[in-house]
Order: sequence, then C-alpha cells, then structure tokens
Amino acid sequence: MNDLTSEDIPKINQLYLLKEFWSHFSENKGAVFGLTLIITFIFIALFAPVLAPYGPSQIFSDSLTLPPFWSEGGSSAYLLGTDDLGRDVLSRLIHGARVSLFVGVSIVLISTIIGTSLGLIAGYFGGKVDSVIMRFIDILMAYPSILLAIIVVSVIGPGMTNAIIAVAIVNIPSFTRLVRANVLEVKKRQFVMAAKTFGASPVRIMLKEILPNCMATLIVQTTLGLSEGILSTAALGFLGLGVQPPTPEWGIMLSDARPYIESSPWLVTLPGLCILAVVLGLNLFGDGLRDALDPKLKR
Amino acid sequence: MKRFLVERLLQLIPTLIGISLFSFFIIRMVPGDPVLLMLGERGADPKIYMEMKSSLGLDRPVFEQYYSYMENALTGDFGKSIVSKRPVTSEFFARFPATLELGICAVLFAIILGIPAGVIAATKRNTPIDYILMGTSLVGFSMPIFWWGLILIIIFSVGLGLTPVSGRLSVIYDVEAMTGFMLIDSLHPDVLNEEGLAPFISAIKHLLLPTIAMGTIPLAVVARMTRSSVLEVLRAPYIQTAKAKGQSYFKVIWVHAFRNALIPIVTVIGLLFGSIITGAILTETIFSWPGIGKWLVASIHARDYPVIQGGVLFIAIMIITINFIVDVIYTYVNPRIR
Repeated sequence: MNDLTSEDIPKINQLYLLKEFWSHFSENKGAVFGLTLIITFIFIALFAPVLAPYGPSQIFSDSLTLPPFWSEGGSSAYLLGTDDLGRDVLSRLIHGARVSLFVGVSIVLISTIIGTSLGLIAGYFGGKVDSVIMRFIDILMAYPSILLAIIVVSVIGPGMTNAIIAVAIVNIPSFTRLVRANVLEVKKRQFVMAAKTFGASPVRIMLKEILPNCMATLIVQTTLGLSEGILSTAALGFLGLGVQPPTPEWGIMLSDARPYIESSPWLVTLPGLCILAVVLGLNLFGDGLRDALDPKLKR
Repeated sequence: MKRFLVERLLQLIPTLIGISLFSFFIIRMVPGDPVLLMLGERGADPKIYMEMKSSLGLDRPVFEQYYSYMENALTGDFGKSIVSKRPVTSEFFARFPATLELGICAVLFAIILGIPAGVIAATKRNTPIDYILMGTSLVGFSMPIFWWGLILIIIFSVGLGLTPVSGRLSVIYDVEAMTGFMLIDSLHPDVLNEEGLAPFISAIKHLLLPTIAMGTIPLAVVARMTRSSVLEVLRAPYIQTAKAKGQSYFKVIWVHAFRNALIPIVTVIGLLFGSIITGAILTETIFSWPGIGKWLVASIHARDYPVIQGGVLFIAIMIITINFIVDVIYTYVNPRIR
C-alpha cells in the first residue's frame, strides 16, 4: 500500500463510486433485468453472423411461410419459421439486432453531441444566444416527433443513413433542454466562478467544469434516447420511409408481414416482440440508472 | 400573473414565425417538381408548363411566395390540394373530427384506467400489486404501437372475430356527418328512427381497437405520473396530520392526498393531447382511420405540397397553443413556480 501516490487517489475514488453505484443499482431487480436484456441484445448484434443459422437474405424457395418449429408443419431446420420469400425468420431477426444497434447508437451519438453542445452554449452564455437557440428548439418541438422525421425523410429521401439523420434531429431538443437546465444550475456554483477568475476560456469551463456535472442526467437521457431512436426508426421502417428492404430491419419485417397477418401471424408477432424487448430493457435500465445516480429522486 | 402571461405570449411570436418559415421552406426542399406532378404528361410542353407555373406563383422569388402565402394564410386560405383540387382548410376540417374523436377516446381510456392504477400502486407501494401495475405500465410505455395495433387485430379481429379491422363505421349504415363525431352523429334522431342503435354500436366497435392502440402509451404515462405524484404528497406533514386525526383511510387518500397530487397529473394529461398526433399517424395508418394522420402520410407519399405545408403548419400551431395553455394553467394552479 505504500506505493500509492497522490495520483492514485482519484482511481480509488472512482472504484469506490462505482461500487456504491452498483450496490444501489443492483437493489432494483427490474433494472438488472433490463441490463440483462441489453447485454443479450448487444451480444446478439455483435456476433450475428456467427449466431444466425443462415444468411439474412438467403432464400429457401422450397419452404415458404413455414410456421415456427413448435406449431404443426414447422421444421427444426427453421426454428422460428420462414417468411413469404422463404427466408429464415430467426436469422433475419438476429441480423436485425445488428441493424437496430447500429442505427440506435448512431442516432444517440449525433443527437447527444449536437444537443449537448447547443444546451451548453445556450445555458452558459444566456441572453440573446440562449433565446435564439431555445426558439430554434421550440420550433423543432412544435412538430410531433414522427411527423418531423417523416418530413425530413421526404426531403432527403428514404434509406438507413437518412433515417438516422432524421431521427437524430428529432431527438436533439430533449438533450438541449436537459443540459441547459443543468448548466443554469451549475454555472452559479463557486468552482465555476473560481475557474473564471483563473481566466479559463469559456470552452474549457463548459467542457471541464460544467459538463462533468451534467453527466448523471445526460447518461440517463442517452439510454432513453437510444430506446426512442430504435422505436422511431422501426416506425419509419414500418411506414416504408426508413431502412429499405432487403435489409433485415425489424420495422420493415413487420410491415412486409402485414398482408399475411391472418395466415402467418408469427411473421408479425416476432419482430415486434424483439423491438418491445429491447426498448423495455433500455427503459428499465434507464429508470434504474436514474435512481442509482441520483438517490434524492429515489422513491 | 399578467406579466407572466404577456411574456409567454411574446415568446410565442418568434416561434410561430419560425414554424411558418420552417414549414414553408422545408417543403420547397422536397425533391420533385410540383408543376410537372400536376400536369403529368402535358407538362412536356414548355408553354403549358410556364403558364401553370406562373398561375401557381412558383415563378416568383421564394420570399415573395412566402409573403403571399402567409398573407393568404392569415385570411384562412392555405391553397388547394393538388390531388383533390379542394381547399386545404376544408380538407383538414373534414378529417379533423375523426382524429379528435379518436384522440379524446384514447386520452379518456388513459385517464380512466391510469389514475386508479397509479393511486393503487402508490398506496400499495412495494407490494406485488405495485410491482405488477408498474411493470405492466413500463411494458405499455415501451410499446411499439404500430405492432401493438396489429397484435390487437390478430387477437380481437382475426382470432375472436369481435371487432372490425378498419374504418369508422360499417359500410351498410349511412350516417350523415353533422358534427363529424361518429359517436354523436350516429345518435341523431333521424338515424335512430331509421336504423336504431345499430350504427352507434358499430361506431363503438370500430373505435375500440384504435383507442386501445393509441391510448396505451398515454395510459402508462398517466399511471406512472400518478403513482409518483401521490407518493410525493403522501409524505407531506398534513397527510400525517390527517391520519393522526383518525380520518378514514379512504378520505385521506382520495380527498387529501389526491387533490394535491392532481397538479402534475393534469399537466401530463394536457401534454398528452399534444402528443396525440404522433399516435394518430401510426394508429390511423394501421386501422385505415380517415383522420389527419393518415391524410398527411398519404399526402407525403403523393407529394401534395399545399396539403403537407398547411397540415404541418396547422398541427404545429395546435401543439404550441396546447403547450401554452398547459403552461398557463400549471402556473395558475401552482403559484410557486411563477
């Protein structure tokens, strides 16, 4: 223990905080269940090519719309059945996880970076800058989220990248408002004053002094933003305006299956269950995070 | 209070101007030429093309176009739909009651089930009842409603044959649109004399699944909000006093606690009305409900510019107005935040 230097103290501190966080977090069984769902989802997404029995677009023309193996007429070769083109549903769902994870993370990255910067600037400088940014945010918020996404997509065209851009734009306001509210509170505190007195630049104060104090709420919002992003992209896919076929995206799989809703209900049921499971996992996890990071809010 | 009102109203002006600019210019950016779209093959003739273009005012500078558009808009003229050739305003108001009827039913569904669920969960805090109620509402909150609508169809329409799949009324009945609300129109004396209650029952059956699909997320929001709001109030000293005075449990909860817990709940419900349109776009598409949401999606697919522009503007103004009213009510009932 004698080898410890003063530089090690922050590390120990962090470890201690992490432990304390985990002890709060793990009390909430729902949150742990959510975390399990998310880890499973990420694992499946990362190892999709290894886990999926077939390729996502591989067509088995001799086995069209087979039901899952447990129903009559199902085959153990295609555990969750096949779709109307004879593609293996399980393989497509597994590859769909990959698409959803990629899309969701991209959306959250874009909207967090832009939304947080705008919130920091608006909150820190205040006055006219604040007014201009917040009126812009008000305008974005006056459009129902899915409608705004649809309009943006109809301007820039459908497709995966454009759907990501559209949903990211829609998600910006929640980050901006959250960070701004946080900044307004933090910037009056003494350590910010101290940094100003030392002549630190505004950028430095925003990034080094203020931003770390917004992290707790920001992390929670990121989780919720991820679930919203995945949900909105699936909705766009469902309306035919998002990711385009033959990409195995859960929203498209759902809308493709609509004509067969009576004859092959599993084609509709399964992709939706996947969306629900991931979104539920993220929301459970987000709730747990919020309670663990901010014990004041604990019920 | 007066000062607050004026300040909030003044803040609305730049937002409204911004919305009109945004709605106007973003539609201009949609690829595709509206003149060619309207003329079809005849657009190949440059003379006809130019005539059409100038008759639409599209050959003038874009800011001039915006100016005259806004001038007309302020008198209620939002142009004509390219597809139906009818004024956008009358198209909008022909469909709006359908969306409003569905929206009101969905919010009522959310309130009637959500408030009791939230209060029960709060009073039975950390018991299995609480866990089940809150677990269910988190599932509801996470629901992809475009999927949920289809699942409801699979269960109730395909499986049990209880409810119709699309539309507002069975085609065998003929109900004249007086108010545009099917539940009211189908109870008109003329209709009752001719067909009896059958059209009304048909209207209810058509409303059932869309209401559940659209109301599920609001239901979850209301239940969660009610629970945390009631929990907050239950900790207050005056509740302890009421309990200590020996008042009945029922009275403590529903009279003392619930009334004060209502403030945040009412706010959430107000904001829900604003989010109805989001639900409407997906729900109306699934159930072929002839309202604003389905109309807008169809117009976007058809590149019907005047409709998209007008419709989007209407909706944005509506949402801003609702948020403003909620804000004012909230400040009025809760003077602390002023």
